[in-house]
Amino acid sequence: MQPDKQNANLRIAALVSVGKHPGSGRARRAEQDARAVEMGLAMAPQGLEVLHAGDPHAEALRAYAGMGLKKLRILQQGENADAVPALSQYLSETKPDIVLTGVRAESGESSGMMAYLLGEKLGMPVVTRIAEIVSIDNGQANLLQALPRGQRRALRVPLPFVASVDMAAATPRQSAFGPASRAEMEAKAADVEVLDEVQASWSEAPARKRPKRLKVVKAKTAADRFKAATAKSSGDGGKVLRDKPASEMAQAVFDLLLEEGVIR
Amino acid sequence: MILDWLLPVLISVALLLAVAGMLKRISLWRAGQPEKVSFFSGLMAMPRRYLVDLHHVVERDKYMSKTHVATAGGFVLSMVLILAVHLFGVENRWVNYALLGALVLMFVGALFVFKRRLNPPSRLSKGPWMRLPKSLLMFAVSFFIATLPAAGILPENFGGWVLAAVLAAGIVWGMGELLFGMGWGGPMKHAFAGSLHLAFHRRPERFGGGRSTGLKPVDLTAAKLGVEKPTDFKWNQLLGFDACVQCGKCEAMCPAFAAGQPLNPKKLIQDMVVGLAGGSDAKFAGSPYPGIEVGKAEGGPNKTITEGLVSPDTLWSCTTCRACVEECPMMIEHVDAIVDMRRFLTLEKGSTPNKGAEVLDNLIATDNPNGFNPGSRMNWAADQNLRVMKDVKEAEVLFWVSDGAFDMRSQRILRAFVKVLKAANVDFAVLGDEERDSGDVARRLGDDATFQSLAKRNIAAMSQYKFQRIVTTDPHAFHCLKNEYADFYPEGQKPDYEVLHHTTFINELVKAGALSLEEFKGGTVTYHDPCYLGRYNGEYDSPRELLNELGIEVAEMERSGFRSRCCGGGGGAPITDIPGERRIADMRMAEIKETGAELVAVGCQQCTAMLEGVVEPRAEVKDIAELVADALIEGDAPVSKKNGKQAKPNADKRVAEEIL
Ligand code: SF4
Ligand code: SF4
Repeated sequence: MQPDKQNANLRIAALVSVGKHPGSGRARRAEQDARAVEMGLAMAPQGLEVLHAGDPHAEALRAYAGMGLKKLRILQQGENADAVPALSQYLSETKPDIVLTGVRAESGESSGMMAYLLGEKLGMPVVTRIAEIVSIDNGQANLLQALPRGQRRALRVPLPFVASVDMAAATPRQSAFGPASRAEMEAKAADVEVLDEVQASWSEAPARKRPKRLKVVKAKTAADRFKAATAKSSGDGGKVLRDKPASEMAQAVFDLLLEEGVIR
Repeated sequence: MILDWLLPVLISVALLLAVAGMLKRISLWRAGQPEKVSFFSGLMAMPRRYLVDLHHVVERDKYMSKTHVATAGGFVLSMVLILAVHLFGVENRWVNYALLGALVLMFVGALFVFKRRLNPPSRLSKGPWMRLPKSLLMFAVSFFIATLPAAGILPENFGGWVLAAVLAAGIVWGMGELLFGMGWGGPMKHAFAGSLHLAFHRRPERFGGGRSTGLKPVDLTAAKLGVEKPTDFKWNQLLGFDACVQCGKCEAMCPAFAAGQPLNPKKLIQDMVVGLAGGSDAKFAGSPYPGIEVGKAEGGPNKTITEGLVSPDTLWSCTTCRACVEECPMMIEHVDAIVDMRRFLTLEKGSTPNKGAEVLDNLIATDNPNGFNPGSRMNWAADQNLRVMKDVKEAEVLFWVSDGAFDMRSQRILRAFVKVLKAANVDFAVLGDEERDSGDVARRLGDDATFQSLAKRNIAAMSQYKFQRIVTTDPHAFHCLKNEYADFYPEGQKPDYEVLHHTTFINELVKAGALSLEEFKGGTVTYHDPCYLGRYNGEYDSPRELLNELGIEVAEMERSGFRSRCCGGGGGAPITDIPGERRIADMRMAEIKETGAELVAVGCQQCTAMLEGVVEPRAEVKDIAELVADALIEGDAPVSKKNGKQAKPNADKRVAEEIL
């Protein structure tokens, strides 16, 4: 990474989970979380804290350490505990400038809610699916948000904020066995441990492959196919609200949610 | 006469300085890591290792072997006699004559060295090495003339002080090169370091006709994994580097060098010497790493090698084909050194280039390099009704399928081999989903942690079942199973089976009359020796015998047998993919073309993949298993006496039921 990107005073917390390989089901470093760590290492190798809530003995965590971390901080808690209360409690004390998470976990509930719940608890803005932190100046971060089909949206967000890291972010560096096996797993019991009742009531089973409808390609020429593959998705009925009073924009969102039956 | 007192003084001074230099050199080696050697038996074995084992290798170049015998023999003999005559003043006419004779022998040898140096091939280093024959001649001539008066052939005081001064100058030059230079890093260093290297070689099994090719395990609990600095090598590896005579035989055989990739094994060894002694490579007078200028590299015993001395690309260019090791007259272990340095890059720095990291991640998560679902390992054999060890628990032969199971081209080889096994009624079974990658690629890429983990889990899987032999179509798995797994058995256990390559096994079947084969009806056929079958395991004959059985007369390539050239597929080279000017596989295919062969027989799925990757028109590539399977006369397969145990009759039925 370009060293000029590095920011000595910046403090980043990257939240990592135990991933799961889709083929073998084996525990591993989660792909998006590893990208969050990579992003943190590129931006602030000194001010990066890598954080996990759960079992400090999970071997897969060492794969993150192998990226060159001296230590991992672990909020130790039981298997069925909810990670959000422990993490938000801890983060509200340490107050990092940026909290990075994956978009969704590779195992467990995998609801993709972590970033939102943390943002709510910590009172920080949430940015989803970022691909890159371009720079930081005057207490504001210039971000690139990943959109479908390789598109990017430039955003400017005030610190501190919570961001989920998209697969489009830079691929994580290789995890080396030596540093991985020597890194310190600094575990302390989480201050709060709340049983995740919802998850406890679920039972897990491997997903069954469902039949997929074959896509009929109507394009006749290569140019047509190229166009079909790269065209922007043309969802209709979208509306861009900008530069209007906040209450008006909020009302528009509220109306839409009501109309769609999301809230009642 | 002046020389009477000057000579003993000169000789004593030269000897003292030489010894001082040697002690200094020894202290450089001792900066390396400790490694146990059997000190006395090593020293005792040294003359034999030199006269027999080393001579064996040098003998491949008749000119040089004779030259070296004359020069070195003459020198050693004269040195002993010089001490007797000129230092200790032994006055015996016959001793004097013997000395003259030894000097003549050395002179003649040196003349031939001189002749070779008139128009040296590019593999030879120039620089001080061009001076060496002159110094040898000077030594022989000066001492010869200086000995004549003592032998009573010339009168005392012959030539007066002028001749004495000239002789003294010649003697100083000669001894400067031969004695002083031996201790202080001149070309003659090779004699001193070389003999100790033979005595304390890290692989003593190589002497006396043996073979030792398995890599040494990494202690994964060590504070640093792999070699970062020269002093991280074992002390006897450092000693080994110092033995290099810069003959460039390794360079001439190296496929990566020939392909214009930035690797030259000779330069690499010399860079290790620069590293262990400290300094720069400015004095190196041989071929450079292709594309990298000489003179810019600097190193020291405690400096990181890959920061300034050797580029990581150099290390990653190697295919671990062992052609250099096989060729080296000083029995230097290039591949060990290269893998040691790779280990640091992978295990400590996490900088395996290109697809390296991805492949290693896949091996960790799925036990195969491409990240396929490990549960699909047997899909290739859905129609083969193979018996799986988990069901049968016992079989005479364990067929090690290897990762070829996931590759469509390799599956054709596997199917062919299964057809042969069935035709010969061999009692065999496979591990199925319990088999994992052998760990070969991980180990060559420097990831010994992953290798050891795979090896241990494979061993655990195999230990549950009873079988006498493992047969595999993959020479890389063959090598790991045969030569490297023994280090990872639990305390007190060791492998109790024989490991065979399929060509060896099929050859046995044919010899035992278990297969009836038709004559091969194609055109000219050549055979490509896979490195991990040939040089790593010494199996050159079975594949050829088998081809003969098929009625094929192999049109040999110039580089064949122990001098076979790599296909470019070993050592993870296709994964790290360091650019060069040519592709190794293309060069090999050109050599195949030279024989006029329409078909090249191979015994390795990796070689098949590499050679088939060459653009057409080119020779057809077939594994020997495929050739045998094509030639099977079916229907009346005779039951072999040896392997004739009938497959359990209900086995097929049961598998069929399971599928239903
Ligand atoms: S390493 Fe061996 S083969 Fe290569 S130049 Fe040195 S002595 Fe010769
Ligand atoms: S093992 Fe083969 S590729 Fe590697 S340095 Fe030796 S000859 Fe070259």
